[in-house]
Amino acid sequence: MTWKLTGDRPIWQQLTEQVTLRILTGEYPPGGRLPAVRELAAQAGVNPNTMQRALAQLEQDGLAVGSRTAGRTVTEDAAVITAAKEERARAAAKAYLEALAALGYGPGDAGRLIEEEGQQNG
Amino acid sequence: MDENIVTCAGLVKAYGPKRALAGVDLELGRGKIVGLLGPNGSGKTTLIKLLCGLLRPTAGTVLVDGKPVGPETKALVSYLPDRMYFADWMKAEDLLKLFADFYADFDWHKCTAMCDRLGVGPKDRIKTMSKGTKEKLQLALVMSRKAQLYLLDEPIAGVDPAARDFILNTIINNYNEAGTVVISTHLIGDIEQVLDEAVFLKEGQVVLHDAVDAIREREGKSVDALFRETFRTAAWEGGTI
Repeated sequence: MTWKLTGDRPIWQQLTEQVTLRILTGEYPPGGRLPAVRELAAQAGVNPNTMQRALAQLEQDGLAVGSRTAGRTVTEDAAVITAAKEERARAAAKAYLEALAALGYGPGDAGRLIEEEGQQNG
Repeated sequence: MDENIVTCAGLVKAYGPKRALAGVDLELGRGKIVGLLGPNGSGKTTLIKLLCGLLRPTAGTVLVDGKPVGPETKALVSYLPDRMYFADWMKAEDLLKLFADFYADFDWHKCTAMCDRLGVGPKDRIKTMSKGTKEKLQLALVMSRKAQLYLLDEPIAGVDPAARDFILNTIINNYNEAGTVVISTHLIGDIEQVLDEAVFLKEGQVVLHDAVDAIREREGKSVDALFRETFRTAAWEGGTI
């Protein structure tokens, strides 16, 4: 997975989202050690202070535990990860409904389309 | 130790009747990467040269680590000029020896490791190097010092995008964490994400100084986009005069 940053929003927020996604998809597994701030910053090509802020947010969200000196690990609390996943999935559903609403489709059409797509994809 | 590494107050530098800096007030904290941003002729290089003592102010004060610029502050400052100042008959190892002689905080091993990464051997002559390699070698020398203040004047001008990435990564990975890095450039899109703070210089004055993410949050756009708006000059659209 590569880092993708857009210009319209604060960089640290985008970094938080992308590290979160890596945790939710298991790229950084529960209880596993997160790479050091400097290493992540170098990977993403961003300022270490910005990456530090992004990871501090992950701690606030309960997805990461530990300190800067001892290194951070991903939480082992499955409930926290499940809740974060659910939240992501809901956001994706909401974005989908908004895109359809812009085309004049209602929630009923949304369900029908998802079912049809699901059948086509086996 | 002063709280700020850089303090400028009412700083003016005039070249004859032309005022390159027209009253700059600026304070920079420690441990930050700061972009000094402005179009050509806005005073970026003049400000950097005042900070490293190559120029004397016409009026106002400029302090580094709370002290007037002089031998004491020069020892704290690692400066990358906007053009190469080494004789081209010199070899890479000559430059390393020069830096080791001049600067007590120069880390020889770090610099040779960076040169290895660049594919520059100790016996390579500057004359034989490409523009990009010369830039990268100079940066390796400057970043191998454990300085309090790094002043990098246009470190990414005129090099290809891959070399730019190398240069920015070298800066991120090698600056002394307690030190501050000032990068002057007009290529903002390329460096925006490595900056903590942006300083906009316009016609010799600071018109904006803020954290990059604060600017994005407030404006809903990148610093690059804001820069283009701030410094837009309407093009002549043709027609008869």
